[in-house]
This record gives sequence, structure tokens and C-alpha cells, in this order.
Amino acid sequence: MSQNTMNLKVKVWRQKNANAQGAFVTYDVAGISDEMSFLEMMDILNERLITEGGDPVAFDHDCREGICGMCSMYINGKPHGPWQANTTCQLHMRAFKDGETIVIEPWRANSFPIVKDLTVDRSAFDRIIQAGGYISVNTGNAVDGNSLPIEKQNADDAFAAAMCIGCGACVAACKNSSAMLFLSAKVSHLALLPQGAPERKSRVLNMVAQMDKEGFGSCTNTGACEATCPKEISIANIARLNKEYLGASLSAQ
Amino acid sequence: MLDAKIPSGNLDDKWVDYKGHCKLVNPANKRKMEVIIVGTGLAGASAAASMAELGYKVKAFCFQDSPRRAHSIAAQGGINAAKNYQNDGDSIFRLFYDTIKGGDYRSREANVHRLAEVSANIIDQCVAQGVPFAREYGGLLSNRSFGGTQVQRTFYAAGQTGQQLLIGAYQALERQVALGNVTMHTRHEMLDIVKIDGKAKGIIARNLITGELEKHFGHAVLICSGGYGNVYYLSTNAMGSNVTAAWKAHKQGAYFANPCFTQIHPTCIPVSGDHQSKLTLMSESLRNDGRIWVPKNLGETRKANDIPEVDRDYFLERRYPAFGNLVPRDVASRAAKERCDANYGVGTSKQAVYLDYAAAIERYGKIEVSKQRLSNTSDEQIIAMGKEVVKEKYGNLFNMYAKITGENPYEVPMRIYPAVHYTMGGLWVDYELQTTVPGLYALGEANFSEHGANRLGASALMQGLADGYFVAPYTVGNNLADEIYNAAIPTTHPAFEEAAKKVAERIASLKNINGKQSAESFHKRLGKIIWNECGMSRNEAGLKQAIADVQALKKEFWSDLRIPGEINEYNPELDKANRVADFIELGELMCVDALAREESCGGHFREEYQTPEGEALRDDENFMYVAAWENKGAHEWQLHKEALKYEVIKPSQRNYK
Repeated sequence: MSQNTMNLKVKVWRQKNANAQGAFVTYDVAGISDEMSFLEMMDILNERLITEGGDPVAFDHDCREGICGMCSMYINGKPHGPWQANTTCQLHMRAFKDGETIVIEPWRANSFPIVKDLTVDRSAFDRIIQAGGYISVNTGNAVDGNSLPIEKQNADDAFAAAMCIGCGACVAACKNSSAMLFLSAKVSHLALLPQGAPERKSRVLNMVAQMDKEGFGSCTNTGACEATCPKEISIANIARLNKEYLGASLSAQ
Repeated sequence: MLDAKIPSGNLDDKWVDYKGHCKLVNPANKRKMEVIIVGTGLAGASAAASMAELGYKVKAFCFQDSPRRAHSIAAQGGINAAKNYQNDGDSIFRLFYDTIKGGDYRSREANVHRLAEVSANIIDQCVAQGVPFAREYGGLLSNRSFGGTQVQRTFYAAGQTGQQLLIGAYQALERQVALGNVTMHTRHEMLDIVKIDGKAKGIIARNLITGELEKHFGHAVLICSGGYGNVYYLSTNAMGSNVTAAWKAHKQGAYFANPCFTQIHPTCIPVSGDHQSKLTLMSESLRNDGRIWVPKNLGETRKANDIPEVDRDYFLERRYPAFGNLVPRDVASRAAKERCDANYGVGTSKQAVYLDYAAAIERYGKIEVSKQRLSNTSDEQIIAMGKEVVKEKYGNLFNMYAKITGENPYEVPMRIYPAVHYTMGGLWVDYELQTTVPGLYALGEANFSEHGANRLGASALMQGLADGYFVAPYTVGNNLADEIYNAAIPTTHPAFEEAAKKVAERIASLKNINGKQSAESFHKRLGKIIWNECGMSRNEAGLKQAIADVQALKKEFWSDLRIPGEINEYNPELDKANRVADFIELGELMCVDALAREESCGGHFREEYQTPEGEALRDDENFMYVAAWENKGAHEWQLHKEALKYEVIKPSQRNYK
């Protein structure tokens, strides 16, 4: 493969901390190879800012292979940028053209306050899991793994929901900043498995209550979440969540 | 000689006897005992959940924004367990034997046997938590094979096994957070161990958002902070993975064992240029079905698909017919390097070999044809069906490859090359996972224990969870039983004050260097030194040069580092500088260890010591020991040896032919 280099402008949201006023700042980045990853382009920008005595752009990232869910950039109006089923860290520069201006913002949602620049606080997701996103089984309580056969289709569907990486792109994509796709993925994962059955009702009620408490918006079935999800979590999970919620609400008394 | 405190008795009975006789802490006392856990990957999260379930007050720390991000999440292929669900002759003994042999006879028999014993419990526990392992149509768990074994004992969830296991442990942990049994400190980094009367009694942690230093007391401290592969800069580790917690423990008296035992994984996406920030693994599970080859002829110019069978050299199958493409990682990596060094490499860099799926796609296509009872299927239909099967098994890996390289691996063979992946070395621990500092433990990749000189695939997840779910809850409890007489120590104690002051001074001195170069640029240079001289092959002259180079780099780092921003704010560059400073010191120790070990074994290949066929040549007479290094000040370490006694297995030259 031959390498092409390009010169770009990046227009980045800069904000010193949660309380400071933020603004866009535009930087030139030159000599970017199309074989680079998007974050490597950001590394080059930061390296230059540091050597020039400036303040590098803060952004979350860790595994750089699309699985930890840490990276979270809103690129040219889309969470994780232009590629389908992709995280920011997996985006590569061949997605862009020489001379282009790339606009980079943080996840925008009241429930994800900005820490600095492109870094946001997603601890609301942990608290939603704390409300019931688990199966209550202490270490040592388990029976033999094969004593409970699970229909392959259910196991596969549970896995497809469990693939959620908790990045929050669904929230960032939603005009109401709803966390329904995230929540429904966890509820589906556990509701589809027999191990999850005993806590099925309390789980969905408690998790939804916590989501509301965190200030996430309502779901209007627009589907922007599904379209942007790097793991292609299906919106059908939201339908399942609604069914679970309704069933649990009606029988809770 | 170091004493690992291995229980007496038959190998099969040691762990059972230990559990039957270890000291217990009654429930009322457990509630008074505080346990600090640093790192929340598989080892840390499973330990935190399990200890909290028992009733201990747990404080857990991670540098990421959530425990779910820990790098265990990136593990792809699977987790081993001696379940013998396939009826193919697996047993606890065989898993034990494979692990010892895979580790090139440099691990401790008693620990490895215990690991094999609890392996089956791990699968059961994870299934109960709702981990969606791959299943067969009958609803039962599916298995595949990994390197260094001839049975199918690997449980998996597509190419995301680590993710699913970590989410299981994370959920168990968050459940304990909700119950108030765990206090979770995210975006915190441990920067020192606090010792009182020689025992670990707490930590100093930096709140990465505010920059504030916090003092935390614990009756015991568990280091579960993972491995140090990022010392090479380029590795398959996450960007934030670091040695800092383990290194601080080392500086406080914990011996560091076998630091030169590092694992170079054979199947990674090759480096594409100087801009590269990390390398991406292509799971070992791909070697189940993929075939590795290079052109047979020097100067081959045809594209991969145009090279006929007769002109391909399936070098692993040629050299190791019994294990073929599934030889252990160290063997496969060296074989690939050998071909590339001999100029048979492929791709623009010529530092790559092919991993080919064409044969597997055809084979799976034919199986589908019989399964679906089709007749008159065309070759294209067979290939299309085969691709679907491969997609189900490895889809996410193939996608990842396509995104990074821009090539379609369903159509053309993947190009792969070895890359740093795992570190077998780590903090020295005894049978109870306790370091040489009383009250200080190390679990998972952070310790040195189970994998000897080379880890077998799908064994890291097994070890992390074994330590956290099933070992530490017993062994830490055994020692906490003696702590019930000691009340919690307030963090106003002078030892805490002094430790915090030292950490603050170090941060200030880093910040005040006010030089010109970034932490990242030093890290890159360190990585090059270590990769070139202490990577896939090592020799005396190179290692001596590397030690001098690392020492010079350390000087330059401490005189020309630039950290932008302030100390008391969110400052990722400051965090990085702290970590790089520790990596530099560790890099020197790795070379010291590699130089002292005048033999080749597992991942440690000294060019001076090889068989005529180019295989690793061990020296059991002189080096059958664990090298545990005690820090004696700047650039000074003292070697302590733990003799390895093989009572059940007779060490021999590893043979995968």
C-alpha cells in the first residue's frame, strides 16, 4: 500500500475544566499519512503543542482497538466519526481528504459533564449498572457450566447485546440524550439468559429509575443511537426493554 | 534462597489441604478489615467482588474512568479450563503439564497445579454471572484449541472473551459497590505504598481529576495492575497500561521476578510507520484455522493469491509437524522472525508473514454443505458459506484488520508480525500471592508466578480470575486472621504524612524540570532500545549497550522533560511522565536480568545459547531458578534465587515436532 500525506485543519473544542467557558480553536496539522489512525493524528498535534509550550488537547483513549469504550469524540457531527460500526480509535485518516477541516467536539449531554476539552465524565453509566445490571451470584455459588443448556439463538442474542462497550455514543447521538440503548443492551443481555430470570423484574425497574435520576432524556425511537453504535447494538433491544418494563410494572404490585 | 512457602504433601493435595487448614476470619471481624485493591481488571475486579462478598471493606482503585475499561477487556481468544467437555483426554494434570511445559520449565509446580485445579470453577462462576460463552446447537458450551496443546479446552465468546469476562467481574464489582461493600475510586493512580512496622498498611493515590494526593489505609494491599509490556512503547497493551503501581511496590521492598521474561505474540498487525502508537493483536485463535506461510523463493514478486501452493513455505507446519500452526507463541514468533531475517518476509516492510484463511473458508463451506444437505453447490456458493462461518467465529477480528490495513482479509491473506503482548515477569510472590513485603500481594499479570518463561494462549484470563475469585480470598484471609487485633490506623499517622510528602516532592521535581521534550518522545526512545536489545533475541554485547543507553536516557529525561499544565488539575501529560519515569528504571532491570540469565528459555532467547536447529537451549543445571531482584538504590539490584524443584514433571527439551 502506498502512503499519501495530507494537510488538514482541526477545529477542536477546548474547555479548561467543567466550569470554564469553552470555545473552538483551529489548528493546522501537516504531513498526516492516510495510514495513521485518527488518534495518532491527535498525538502529532499534541506533541507539537507540547514542544511549542502550549496545552495539549485532553481526550480519553486507552485500548486503541475498539473494545474498551474509552475514546469518545464527536467528529464532523457524528459520534466516533464517519465510519459505520466504528470507534474513534479505529477511525483511520484515509477517511479524510487533503485540505479538509475536521470538527471535533466532546460527547454533549447533561449527564456527561465535561472534565476537560474532549474528556467527559460517564460515571452515570456505572451507577446505572449498580442499580441492577448484574446477576446476584457470589463467588463459589455456581453449578457446572453445562448443567444449564441455553438455546444457541438466545445465547447469541444475549452476546450481541452484551457486546456494548459503554462508550456513550448512543447518548451523544440522541437529540434527547437518552441512554435507552445502553440500558436496553444490559437488560436484554441478562433477560435473555435463564440465569437472569430471578431478578428480571426488579432489575429493569431499578435500572430505569436510576437512568431517570441521572437526567438522561426520553426515547422517541428515532434510531440515531443504533445508527451510530460502534458495536451495532440493535434498537430491538429497546423494544425488549419496554416489554420487560411494562411487564414488571404491571406485576410489581 | 527465597522460600515460596509451598505447602508440604502430594501435589494433588496441597491446595485442598491449604484450604482445609488456613486461618479464617469470622464475619464480625471481616467487617472491620479493610482491603485495598489497585487495578480493576480481571484479577482486581474479581478479587474486589469476592473479598467484598465475604464481608471485607474493600477500596478499589483504577486510573480509567470506569473499572470496565481495564485492558483485560481486549483479550480476544479465550480462557482455558480442564473441563474435558470434549472428551478428548483433558484433565487437571494435562492442563498443569501443558502449562509447565509451555513455560519452558521455569514456573512453580504447586502454583500451576492449583491454577489447573480451579480452572473449571472459573467457567462455572462466569456462566452463573451470565457471561455469554459460545454455545453449540444443543445449548452446551463450545470449545476451541489454542497453542501448545493438543486438546480443545478453550472457552470463548467470539473474539471478545476478555470483554465478556471482564464485564462479568465488573458487574459483580458494581453490585458490591451498590451494597456499600466496595468504595470505588476511578481516575485514581496509586503512587506509593505506605509501610508501618515493615508491613504494607495503605497507599498514596493521586486523584487524576484534581491532582490531589489522597491517603488510604488498608490491612492489606493487593496490586492487580497488570503487566509492563508498554516498556517497549509499541505493544498490544492499552495506552495507559503501566508498571507504576508494581514499580512503587518494588521500590518499597517487593522483589521483582524474571523481568526479562516477556512474551512476543506471533500474530499482530505489522508496524506501518513511525507514527504508530500501538500494535493490534490478531487473536491466537486464528491459528486454529489459519495457515502461516511465506514465499518459498527469494525475491518473490507475485501477489499472495497468485503464488501457487508449490511455491509457498508453510514454515510452522514444516518445522513442527506435530503442533503445526499451533506451536506456543515464543516458538511461532521466532520462526517468523527467522524467515523475515532471511529475507522471505512479505509486504512493503518485508517484516511480515502471511496468515491465510483460504483453506479454512473452503473447508467450512464444505461442512456447511453437508450440514444443510445441499447438492449441486458451486465453488462460489461453498466459499460464500465458508466465509459466513469464518465471520461468525472471527468476524470482529477480520473487521479490525480491515479497518487498520484497508485490506479485506476474507479475500487476501492477512499480513502479520510478532509484537509485544504480555509479561510473564512481575512482582515475586509466594504460594499465597504475597510479595516480600508482608501485607502486600500481587495478583494476575502483575505477579510473576504461573507462566514461567512463556505463557500459553488463553491462560492469562484463567490466571487473573483464578487469583481473584478463588485464591486470594483464602490466602489473604489466612494472613488477615492475624490482623484482627490491629485496629485501622488513621491516615494522620506520620508514615502516611511522610509518604504523601515524598510523592508530592517527586511530582514537583518532575514538573520543575521545565525542559523541552515530551514524556511520549522519551517513551518512544526507551521502547526502541528495549525492543532492539531485549526483545525477540538478546545477546551480551547488546544488553550491555542497552543498559548504558537506558541510563543515559534516564539522565536526559530528568534534565529535559517538559510537562505542560499544572500539578493540581487534570493533567494526562503529568500522569504519563510519572509512568515513563518508572518504565525507564524497569527497562534497565529487564536488561540486567536478561544479561544474568545465560541460557535461552521460553520468551528469553539469548543468541549465544541455542541448539543447532535454532531452538532455545536451556541450562537447567545453572538456571533452574526464579530470579528475584531486590532494589538497592539507583541502578543497583541484588539477585535472590528461588530454586525450582520439579517433583512430578521431569524437565526435558520442549519438543513440538
